[in-house]
Amino acid sequence: MNAMLNKVLSNDLPRSKVLAVLLIALVVALALAPFVFPGAKALSVAAKILIFIVLVASFDLLLGYTGIVSFAQTMFFGIGAYGIAIASTRMGPGWGAIFVGLVAALALSFVLALLVGLFSLRVRAIFFSMITLAVAAAFQTLASQLSDFTGGEDGLTFKMPEILSPAWQLSEEPILGITIDGRIVCYYFLFVIAVVLFLAMLRIVNSPFGRTLQAIRENEFRAEAIGYRVVYFRTMSSILSALFATLAGAMLAIWLRYNGPDTSLSFEIMLDVLLIVVIGGMGTIYGAAIGAGIFVVAQSYLQDLLKLASDAASGVSWLAALLSPDRWLLWLGVLFVLSVYYFPTGIVGRLRHQK
Amino acid sequence: MNNNMTDFDWKPLALVPLLALIVAPFIGSGSTWLTLTVAGLAMGMIIFIIASGLTLVFGLMDVLNFGHGVFIALGAFVATSVLGSMADYTNSDSLVDNMLAVLPAMVIAMMVAGAVGLAFERFIVRPVYGNHLKQILITMGGMIIGEEMIKVIWGPLQIPLPLPQAMRGSIFIGDAAIEKYRLIAVVVGVAVFAVLWWVLARTKVGLLIRAGVQDREMVESLGYRIKRLFIGVFVVGSALAGLGGVMWGLYQQSVVPQMGAQVNVLIFIVIIIGGLGSTTGALIGALLVGLMANYTGFLVPKAALFSNIALMMAILLWRPQGVYALSK
Repeated sequence: MNAMLNKVLSNDLPRSKVLAVLLIALVVALALAPFVFPGAKALSVAAKILIFIVLVASFDLLLGYTGIVSFAQTMFFGIGAYGIAIASTRMGPGWGAIFVGLVAALALSFVLALLVGLFSLRVRAIFFSMITLAVAAAFQTLASQLSDFTGGEDGLTFKMPEILSPAWQLSEEPILGITIDGRIVCYYFLFVIAVVLFLAMLRIVNSPFGRTLQAIRENEFRAEAIGYRVVYFRTMSSILSALFATLAGAMLAIWLRYNGPDTSLSFEIMLDVLLIVVIGGMGTIYGAAIGAGIFVVAQSYLQDLLKLASDAASGVSWLAALLSPDRWLLWLGVLFVLSVYYFPTGIVGRLRHQK
Repeated sequence: MNNNMTDFDWKPLALVPLLALIVAPFIGSGSTWLTLTVAGLAMGMIIFIIASGLTLVFGLMDVLNFGHGVFIALGAFVATSVLGSMADYTNSDSLVDNMLAVLPAMVIAMMVAGAVGLAFERFIVRPVYGNHLKQILITMGGMIIGEEMIKVIWGPLQIPLPLPQAMRGSIFIGDAAIEKYRLIAVVVGVAVFAVLWWVLARTKVGLLIRAGVQDREMVESLGYRIKRLFIGVFVVGSALAGLGGVMWGLYQQSVVPQMGAQVNVLIFIVIIIGGLGSTTGALIGALLVGLMANYTGFLVPKAALFSNIALMMAILLWRPQGVYALSK
């Protein structure tokens, strides 16, 4: 049993009791979400967590394990979502469209990540951050301008294969008090994909390749001196990260059956991902899961709490303005800066050192 | 900033007139070309004002400030408050009255941006010297906080920033219509560049800054406190970003809290083209980006932002470190 677990988790066990409990709780909660937390909003929150786990883990591959900051993660996320959206709109709903869209999106992401990597990583890693920022901004503009193709600002609404659409039902009879419809099938479809992708990324970072990335992160000069070609490894890491982000984008499109620039490409999502990785714990992959779980739940429910606080402070206008739910990013930003200073290893790092 | 004329690398400098001449046949009409060129130069000078501080900060201390955009937005928003309270002067037809409103707005914006820059350096940047990864993360965090604070103070919506009365409209040179404000922007930009050039090339402080960019440890070992110099450069850089923000706001005639992040993208392209740390490079990069944006905005409007990225890629193919790479 233990050996098998070791194998599945690529010998990278949580190494902290609290963390293990948290992870098991997260997996159980996500696995049983449709039955334990009924209702459309709860299911959407759970699906968003699944998607964000993959997206954030893909970013952690680059930021946490390779030590370079990209601001184009949402560009690849968007490419994945647009791949599914455009193919499903043009070819009609079906698995063929999903397949074609996914392959095209992965190919585009591969080429873009390769180009950006070659242009910037051979000079300095710091160039990479600036160039990805510029390329992502340009891509966002392009996506909203090519409206014949992408639906512009309005985005695209499309249908999924029948078994994944809400109208499909397994039977009239509810099972465990829940009618199994296409929504739930779709949820479990995403659940399986998220688990597979998560374990794949865990496998990658614990492979010799992943160890080399960590060596480069710790000391670029030394890694180069031992004979590892830093540019090659960094570019590979950025390509892998882009491909996983593309897959996460495809998951998003399959779930929402809609895609537009604000849902997948916006810079706010990029900032969210950055915050989740840092708060969850850079360079741990598990941090992505814990961080995404906490963040998405907080984003969906804590804002209501902030509204209560803001209403309570309505007598003092500046305090009310600070506590307004619209300013929730302000508090996240403060939390983010503090966590970079005081616990740069994030929640997971903290838990692992606390023995 | 190289005074030795024989050593000076003229090729990058020649790129600016070269770009203007190459596109001329595509545009066709000479007057349109003149209008676009002046607009491009004006935009380029504003971008240069903003980018100069960022590139010096990087050159001197190896600090890349992703939060630079906050000072742009801050300057512009301060200007809306100052100009809004001086409606008598801005509505007057006399250019002198207008200047009496715009100059204080610029000075106050620079002071506020400089003061916030001082705090930003102390609390955000100082703890993470020498660690690029944390610098990028932290300054990005500072950017988020700054932008949200602007939303708290001025509200999240777009605020109009109309040009003062006498600065509106165009003057005509032959058939070419040239907006007055663009000429003013060019004049202010050239003035800032001249002062910057004078300080860097002709004063003791400038000498130390240039020496610090070349070799920080050497300057320190000669007994100069480079940290203090750096704080000064950071504050001036922030103030210049604030000034650039006022000018950018007037150029766009409106301000939004997200403007800092938007301009940031252009600034990064500029300092990558120019070579991180080089002021002259930043000027060339800014002019190229400004011209390119206006030419493509006229010829193929949809490709405006992409053309700048293509420009950057082309330059990086030619010189991977930017046109004026520092020998580091």
